[in-house]
Amino acid sequence: MKVAVVQFWGSNCDHDAEQWSSRLFGLDTEIAWFRDRDLHGADLVILPGGFSYGDYLRCGAMAARTPVMDAVVEHARKGGLVLGICNGFQVLCEVGLLPGALLRNSGLTFLCQDVHLRCETVDSPFTRSIPENAVLRIPIAHGDGNYFTDAETLKRLKGEDRIAFRYVDPKGEIDPDWNVNGSLDAIAGILSEGRNVLGMMPHPERASEALMGSADGAVILESAIETLETAHA
Amino acid sequence: MPEPAVTVELAALHGLTKEEWERILAIIGRTPTYAELGVFSVMWSEHCSYKSSRIHLKRFPTEGPHVLQGPGENAGVVDIGDGWAVSFKMESHNHPSYIEPYQGAATGVGGILRDVFTMGARPIANLNALFFGQPDHPKTRHLIRGVVKGIGDYGNCVGVPTVGGQVLFHPCYDGNILVNAFTLGVLRSDRIFRGYASGVGNPVLYVGSKTGRDGIHGATMASAEFSEETEEKRPTVQVGDPFTEKLLIEACLDLMAEDVIVGIQDMGAAGLTSSSFEMAGRAGSGVSLDLDLVPMRETGMTPYEILLSESQERMLIVARQGRENEVISIFAKWGLDAVAIGEVTDTGRAEIYFQGDKVVDIPVAPVSDQAPVYDRPSAAPENHEVAPALDLTKIPKRNPQETLLAIVGHPDLCSRRWVYTQYDQSVRTNTILGSGSDAALVRIKGTDKAVAMSVDVNPRYCKLDPYQGGRLAVAEAARNVACVGAKPLAITDCLNFGNPEKPEVMWEFSRAVDGLADAVRALETPVVSGNVSFYNETNGNGVYPTPTVGMVGLLENVSWRKTPWFSKDGDAIVLLGENRGHLGGSQYLWVLFGIEAGTPPPLDLEREKALQSLMCLAAREDLVDSMHDCSEGGLLVAVAECCLAPRSDVGAKLALDSDGLRLSALLYGEDASRVVATCSRSKVDALAGAAGKAGVPMAVIGEVGGRDLVAQIDGKTVVDLPIDEIRMAWEGGLAGVVG
Repeated sequence: MKVAVVQFWGSNCDHDAEQWSSRLFGLDTEIAWFRDRDLHGADLVILPGGFSYGDYLRCGAMAARTPVMDAVVEHARKGGLVLGICNGFQVLCEVGLLPGALLRNSGLTFLCQDVHLRCETVDSPFTRSIPENAVLRIPIAHGDGNYFTDAETLKRLKGEDRIAFRYVDPKGEIDPDWNVNGSLDAIAGILSEGRNVLGMMPHPERASEALMGSADGAVILESAIETLETAHA
Repeated sequence: MPEPAVTVELAALHGLTKEEWERILAIIGRTPTYAELGVFSVMWSEHCSYKSSRIHLKRFPTEGPHVLQGPGENAGVVDIGDGWAVSFKMESHNHPSYIEPYQGAATGVGGILRDVFTMGARPIANLNALFFGQPDHPKTRHLIRGVVKGIGDYGNCVGVPTVGGQVLFHPCYDGNILVNAFTLGVLRSDRIFRGYASGVGNPVLYVGSKTGRDGIHGATMASAEFSEETEEKRPTVQVGDPFTEKLLIEACLDLMAEDVIVGIQDMGAAGLTSSSFEMAGRAGSGVSLDLDLVPMRETGMTPYEILLSESQERMLIVARQGRENEVISIFAKWGLDAVAIGEVTDTGRAEIYFQGDKVVDIPVAPVSDQAPVYDRPSAAPENHEVAPALDLTKIPKRNPQETLLAIVGHPDLCSRRWVYTQYDQSVRTNTILGSGSDAALVRIKGTDKAVAMSVDVNPRYCKLDPYQGGRLAVAEAARNVACVGAKPLAITDCLNFGNPEKPEVMWEFSRAVDGLADAVRALETPVVSGNVSFYNETNGNGVYPTPTVGMVGLLENVSWRKTPWFSKDGDAIVLLGENRGHLGGSQYLWVLFGIEAGTPPPLDLEREKALQSLMCLAAREDLVDSMHDCSEGGLLVAVAECCLAPRSDVGAKLALDSDGLRLSALLYGEDASRVVATCSRSKVDALAGAAGKAGVPMAVIGEVGGRDLVAQIDGKTVVDLPIDEIRMAWEGGLAGVVG
C-alpha cells in the first residue's frame, strides 16, 4: 500500500505524518506537492497539520483551492481513504468533503495539551481496530478547533453514526471541562458520508510511540492499514 | 524629500558621540552622506557593535574539543558525535517587547530562528526566558498576555516546538520587561554554513520578504534608555510574518542541501547594512550593491531607509558565480523573492548605488570590526561591601504549611500551564520532556541521542552579588540538564543590564561576566554564542543584573532519561548534596516578607561538578527513578514539585534531622548543589556507593507514598498537607496575574 502526505506552503506536520507512516509503520510514503495533481498512486492520503498559507485567511481556505485538492477530492469520490489531521481537517471542511467548520477555540487561545478521546464508532476504516469504549490520550495543538455545524447536519451526523471521536474525561465521560475548545457536542472528529474520509483535530501522529508519552494514536493508522490490506487480499 | 545636511548635531541625534563623529571623518576622509551616517549609527550602536561589552566578553572561555563554532557567527555549533551537531543561540528582544509585546516577542522568536537556520541547522526547539514587573503592576497583564501570544503564534506557525523556559516577576522589570528567546537546531557536523562574503565576482542575493519602512532604527532604540516618550517609538518595532519565515526556513535548508552558496546571513538588527558589512568584514572582501534591485513593498523609500529597514524574514546570500539561477528557482518553489543585488569585490569597500548615484562608499573593515571599543568606568555600588545584611533573629516564625502553599502558589514558582499550553510543544515529534521538567529533552531522530536544554538565572542573587549570581546561574542550568541525565556541553547567554554609562552597572556587568566565566571554565561548558542587552532602564531605574544562561547538554541514549516526578510508592527519597540552611536571597524571604538581603548561597564548583557527574552516572546505570533540582524555594518546595506529577498526585513522607538549623532554613534554605532523587530500596546501597565514590553527600530523607506531603523534623510532624491542596495553590498561582 502507498501513502501520500500532502504538502502545502505552511504545512508543518507534513514531516511528522511522513515519519509516522514511513518510520513507524514502514509504509511506502511520498510527499505530494500542492501545485501537482499527482497523488503518486496513493491508497491513503494524509492532509497534515500546520498553518497552510499562514492561516492568514480562514484556516484551510487557501489550501482547499490548490490543484492537489482536485486530486484528493477525486480520490475520495472514488472511495479512497483520506485522513485530515488538525489543519488537514480544516481543509477537508473547506473543500466540502466534510460538513461544518472549525471555529476559534472557546477560550480564544491556542491550546496544546493532551486530550482524551472516546471512539464513537468502530464502523470506519480508521477506527475498526479500536477496542470498544476505548479512551485514547492524544495531544491537540490548535487555535481553531471548535467544531460547529447547523442543527440539521448534526442530527444527520448522529443518525448516520458519523461522529468518530468525542472529547471526554479520562474515564470516558462527556464533561464540558474536558471539551477544551468548546466543540459542538464535544466533537473531535467526523467521517464523510462514505466513511472513507476522516477529519480530526487531535494529532495521532504525535502519540504513536511510548517515548512521546502516549502510543494511543497508532491504532488509527493500524486500522487504515488493516482496511487496505483486507481490500487488497 | 530633500535629505538633511549631515552635521555633528545630526550625528548626535543618531546617538553618535563627538569622538565617534570625528572617527567617521577620519575613516572616510570627508563628510559622510546621509545614508553613510545611517550606516555608522547602526553599526556603531551598542546593540550591533558591543562597544561597551566587547573587552569583557573576551574573558569567556569559548573553546573546547566539541566546539565547532564559537561566538562571532550567527550562532554557535557544538559536536554531539556520530556526524551530528547542534547549533544554538539566545537573543534578547526587550525594548520592542515592552513597547509592543505581541510583535516584539514574535519577531524575537523569528530573529533567533534565522540565526540558527542560517548555520545550516533545522530548528527543532525553542525556549524562552521572560521577566515581567510585579504581578499586580497595571501593565503586567497586558505585557504577559501579549508576549506569550506573540511567542506562541510565531513558533506555532513555523512549526518549531517551544519546549521550556523561565518566567519571573519582579518590580525591577516594571518599566523594562526582558524577553530572551533561545533556538536550537540540528545539522550534520560537516555541513556548517557561515556568514562570509568571499570570492570576487560572486553574486550577492537578497532573499525573503520585501523591504518596507518598519523597524528603522530598531537597533539604535535598543541602545538607549527608555523615558516617557518611548511609547512614540512604536513604529520602530518590526512586524513578524511567521508564514514567510516558515517558507524561508524550507527554502534555505533546500538551498543548503545543494552546493551553490558560499555564505549566508540573517538581515536582523540594522538589516541590509549589518548583514552586508558583517559578511564582507569576516571575509576581508568588499561588496557592491544596487539598491534599485532590492524588492520593495513601499514606494519612495530613500537609500537611508532601505539600508536601515529592519523588515523581517529576509536574508543575504552569497552564491557561487553562475549558480544564482539555482538559488532563484529554489526560492521560487517557496514563493519567495531571490534577487541578485550586487557582487563581492576585492576593494575592501562597501559601494552602494541608488538611482545611478553612489550613496555609500566606505571601507568595510573600520565599520564592521574596528568599531569603537569602550572600557567604561566601573565601580562597585557604595553600599556593596555592607550589602543588605540578613538578621534572621528579626524574621518572625510562620506556619510551615501556609508558608509552603504561599511559595508554591507564588507567580515565580507556580505552574506555568497557562503559558505553555499556548505553545505547540510537540510538533516535529521529537519532544520527550517539555515544560515542567527540569530541562527540556528533544530527541535526534535517526540516532539514540537526545539534547537537553535549560534557561536559568536568579536576578535576585545577581543583584546581591553579580559574581556569585553568575556562577550560580551556570551551575543551576547545568544541574537542570543533568537532572534528565544529560551531560552539560556548552552555553549561550543573554546578558541583560542597565545603562553601561553608569559605573555601577558596568561593575555589575563585569562581575557577572567573571562569575559566568569561572563557572563555565570549571564545568567545561564554554560560551559558544550570546548577546548583550544594555540600557534596560526607564527614567533612570535599571533592571537587576540578569545574565540568562542557556545550557545545552547531551544524553547519549534517550532511554537513560529521568524525570523530576515521584512515581513508585515505597521508593526512598534521597537528598544528594547537603542542607546548610542558607536563606540569603531566598524565595522564602521574598514571598513571605518582601526581603531581599544577605548573600546568595555559596557554591563550590568542584562539588557541583562531582554532583553532576554522579547524576549522569545514576541515570545511565538506572540507579534512580527520578531526579529534581533543589534550588529556588528550597527543599520542601522541591519535594512538593516532585509530588505534582503531570497526571497524578503522588504523596511523600519526609523524616529530617534539624542538625541545629531553624525550621525555615532547613525547609526553605536555598543551598546550591542539591538534588532530590528517588530510588527503589534495593538500589539505595548502590547509589550510596556511587555517591561516596564521587564525594557527594547523600542522605535518605523519606519515602514515596500516600496522598499527602508529610514532613517530620526530629520526629515531630510540622507539615501534613493533601497533595491536591498543594496542587490547587500551585495551579492557581498565575490566575490573578493573567486574568
